[in-house]
Amino acid sequence: MAQIASITLVHTDEARPIIEAIMADNPGVRVMNMPGAVKLDCDGTITVKRASVEERIGRSWDPQEIQLVLVSMAGNLDEDDDHFTLSWRH
Amino acid sequence: MSGTKKLGLRQRYEYLTRGLDWETSYQPMDKVFPYDSFEGIKIKDWSAWEDPFRLTMDSYWKFQAEKERKLYAVIDAFAQNNGQTGISDGRYANVLKLFLTGISPEEYQAHRGFAFAGRHLRGAGTRVAAQMQSIDELRHLQTQVHTISHYNKYFDGIGEFPHMHDRVWYLSVPKSFFDDARSAGPFEFMIAIGFAFEYLLTNLLFVPFMSGAAYNGDMSTVTFGFSAQSDESRHMTLGIEVIKFLLEQHPDNLPIVQKWVDKWFWRGHRLLGLVAMMMDYMLPKKVMSWKEAWDIYFVEAGGALFQDLGRYGLKMPKYADIATAEAEHISHQNWAVFYQYTHAAAFHTWMPDAEHLDWLSEKYPNTFDKYYRPRWEMWAKMEKEGKRFYNNALPQLCQTCQIPMAYTEPGNPTEICFRSTQYKGDTYHFCSDGCKDIFCDEPEKFSQAWLPVHQIFQGNCGGATVPDVLRWYNMNVGADNMDYVGSPDEKLWNEWHAEKLRQAS
Amino acid sequence: MSVVALAPGYESKVEIRDLETNFHGNILIFVHWEEHLSFCSAIAFPLPPGMPFGAFVSEVVAPHYAAHPDAANVDWSKTLWSIDGERKSPDFSASLAANGLHHKSLVRFWTPGLSGVAFS
Repeated sequence: MAQIASITLVHTDEARPIIEAIMADNPGVRVMNMPGAVKLDCDGTITVKRASVEERIGRSWDPQEIQLVLVSMAGNLDEDDDHFTLSWRH
Repeated sequence: MSGTKKLGLRQRYEYLTRGLDWETSYQPMDKVFPYDSFEGIKIKDWSAWEDPFRLTMDSYWKFQAEKERKLYAVIDAFAQNNGQTGISDGRYANVLKLFLTGISPEEYQAHRGFAFAGRHLRGAGTRVAAQMQSIDELRHLQTQVHTISHYNKYFDGIGEFPHMHDRVWYLSVPKSFFDDARSAGPFEFMIAIGFAFEYLLTNLLFVPFMSGAAYNGDMSTVTFGFSAQSDESRHMTLGIEVIKFLLEQHPDNLPIVQKWVDKWFWRGHRLLGLVAMMMDYMLPKKVMSWKEAWDIYFVEAGGALFQDLGRYGLKMPKYADIATAEAEHISHQNWAVFYQYTHAAAFHTWMPDAEHLDWLSEKYPNTFDKYYRPRWEMWAKMEKEGKRFYNNALPQLCQTCQIPMAYTEPGNPTEICFRSTQYKGDTYHFCSDGCKDIFCDEPEKFSQAWLPVHQIFQGNCGGATVPDVLRWYNMNVGADNMDYVGSPDEKLWNEWHAEKLRQAS
Repeated sequence: MSVVALAPGYESKVEIRDLETNFHGNILIFVHWEEHLSFCSAIAFPLPPGMPFGAFVSEVVAPHYAAHPDAANVDWSKTLWSIDGERKSPDFSASLAANGLHHKSLVRFWTPGLSGVAFS
């Protein structure tokens, strides 16, 4: 079975540029819309890139700000100043 | 922040969690940390602990303050606009009653438990993470109480939640779950709540519940839910880091951790049966069925997780296959319990209407029409004939999960599953092999269980009759309990609805 | 396996909460009507061990199952019994204790020809 790395975000104006960045940077991403939230799934790994979000919001963005809109996730987290990535290693 | 002289995230986190603690010299370390060795877990290097969120205290306060500001703006707006009149149906309020009496007090228990773990694990990184989670859990309780207090102005069954949590028969299910975790050592607590509950199962509780709140017009609950859930992602990460850390530290830890994973998966599965019932029966507008949620959040997400952890030799929890098979039954079996004991429950019940029955048939094609629809139709018919079905005796409870023994044999949904064992000359009964195994591993602990039915018979719950016991629960009989139809909640809801129609015309 | 606990001698301090002596002279009996899942689980009663089995059936079991549409048609002389997992033919005139029931015994019974509405 494919291991799905996943991020669920609230469906708000604040989260929308992050959702768009994820969809642009993760080919093959699958989107599941729920009332109030959106779940984004990718096989193996899924990433949020700081630069892609900044491009969309026109200001600097700290990947830790994702905590304000994050609902859930699946995978091992790797976070630093430039990205927020979830992946399965095995 | 590339291009600035600010420290990077990794460095900032290093400074927070490394070199701040010290080897004690006035007292031996083992006396300062007396709880972190008796469970048999071996830690060679605490500094190997890594929190991938790398959250420093200043960022923690900044983000939490921002979340609170947003939440309270929504709560205020909801109250100012009489948001309670805009929910999908008056029945929806019962979801909040179950949540506040059954889940919110466990946020408090989690707060206490993580405060304990934060004090008693000797690695600084682990302690920081556990302390943040402890504060989060307290915040969750506070925001939940605050949000739902608005509903308490209008609906019954809410105001006595802490008193009820400590006394009411079905609330002993979540209470004993957390009592069990909190009376274990700090490592078992971290695996029980941090890993099994937060990582493996919390999605099943919060995501469909909050999405359900959104769908049913309860914006205040959606907001506290998602606000709490944003902390939950950090907790999930703590959970997965704990298990990896323990398994990497010493091979002897594997059998201990596996045993805890097996135990707490099964206990969590039983506890979440209450959520299953809430999703399939109590939400007037449904987001997804319990079975669908189970497939996404346990079969799919749990499957990926255990495939990943397989490199340490950790296996899927024992009885995961049974739990997955039960996902087609558990919500129906639990709703049957509450329907027949509605006189003793602090929320309202009802039989599904035709549209709801068809939704259940569609979502549960293998089981609903065959095993449960006939029962609901019979009860609905009895209700119409003025012979509404009640169970007037007290149920047999499982010694481990404390739920009425209502679950059926694996593979045979027409027969109740009975399991039992002997300990020191006494008989103990269980709803499943999972619950029996948990008892048999620690009979010293579970033979002390406070089983509500047995306590009533021993004379410890206010008296011998049902009205005596309900009084001892602080239940407002005739308002808090019984069917939704005919309740003061329904009367109020119908008045609001009539008023809206009058204003619209 | 002995219990893993912080306190030495934990096992000797355990107070079992549901000992027979805590039930004021009664024993705890669980009873379940098979093939009638309208009753969500077995039901529990504290009963004097000297109570005749016949009185247990007519005064405890029958009234608590009376709400079911099948209840009026039960023929107690044809009922099949299981006590703690063994098929038994209880002596209705003898006491619960004389019929082998003890504290926390489980009594299951089947009513041939009556199996509710689809076992409900």
